[in-house]
Amino acid sequence: MNIFITLILEFFKIGLFAAGGGLATLPFLNAIADKYPWLSQELIGQMVALSESTPGPLGINMATYAGYMAGFNTYGRPIMGAATALTATASLVTPSFIVILIVSRVLDKYKSSPIVNDAFSSLRPAVAGLIAAAAWSVIGSTLFNFKAESFAGAFLLPEIALFAVMLVVTNLKPLKKLHPLVFIAFAAAAGIAIGYCGGWKGL
Amino acid sequence: METIEHEVPNTGKTSLWKLFSAFMRIGAFTFGGGYAMLPMLERECVEKSGWVTHDELLDYFAIGQCTPGVIAVNTATFVGKKERGFFGALAATVGVVLPSFVIICVLTALLANFAELTPVKYALHGIRVAVGVLILNTVIKLVKEKIKDAAGYVLCIAAFLLVALPQTLGLPFRVSPVFVVIGAALIGVVRGLIARRGGGDK
Repeated sequence: MNIFITLILEFFKIGLFAAGGGLATLPFLNAIADKYPWLSQELIGQMVALSESTPGPLGINMATYAGYMAGFNTYGRPIMGAATALTATASLVTPSFIVILIVSRVLDKYKSSPIVNDAFSSLRPAVAGLIAAAAWSVIGSTLFNFKAESFAGAFLLPEIALFAVMLVVTNLKPLKKLHPLVFIAFAAAAGIAIGYCGGWKGL
Repeated sequence: METIEHEVPNTGKTSLWKLFSAFMRIGAFTFGGGYAMLPMLERECVEKSGWVTHDELLDYFAIGQCTPGVIAVNTATFVGKKERGFFGALAATVGVVLPSFVIICVLTALLANFAELTPVKYALHGIRVAVGVLILNTVIKLVKEKIKDAAGYVLCIAAFLLVALPQTLGLPFRVSPVFVVIGAALIGVVRGLIARRGGGDK
């Protein structure tokens, strides 16, 4: 089958059935790697590393990478890689795009219904809890080493220090209004500086 | 009713370019996907432009959690649709996807081992710390502004523990956020029914 049709079908399927964010697409990509010659489990390992090291939604990064590999490994030319990457990414996004347009229309219609309002009034605190859990999963895995031998070894001090400094800085009145990307850029620079001074023991 | 200081009233028609470029910034500068995007979304869509309210953004997140696809993309589609209909949805969605697409294509073609480079690893480690700080700030703000009663705190803490505990303790199971969202919505509906029935009896 033509590679473009294969990509459209496979990624449309992922876009339709993988609910719950980027990593939910991983099992589908594993299945693709078993089925087709242009993707392998080894490439998937590289894909996850690259997707997590670059900005943007994880699912999109992974689809673009897998799509690129499909075209590049089949035709041997980067331009074909870009074409198949576009095909895969567009196919991944299309189902959820359609679903959200429909949900959005339904939501507009029932916005004033008391049942919908009741549902959302309990949902908002729960979503705050989910976001807190996401914050903890980032903070916990970055600042602490849960597998450490000793109690003291569990605390990654340079990470904790940078965290504390940034927590104070981002809440200072004059700096509070800065765009979050300013803090991201600062942290990237600090990360490189601390890394070359040998500070990142946890890495 | 208390008003939130950052919420700007939404005036006039937003240009498609504004939607596109705001979501392009969001796509280009969020590391870690999904929830890591929330501080950036708050800044661009609530505080800077007033396209949506804090509440709407949270609702979109909850829905995005249960509908197929990438949460960040779902939220972009929602905000764009609300602001400018179909073409707004298209502009926001393409905007949030485009930086990823370009960056991944270029890096895959030119720098296959990008993720292995030492400075990249160091920078990302620093960025992870910042992402943790930014999400924590968002959580603190959300809890302060959105939770108004004891029931809200119970729901918030329950949702947190259900998802965070199995992961932190290394338990052999995970609770999917989808179940938390559906469960909380059902609790809300039941509470509402009870409240209204109670009101009707009086």
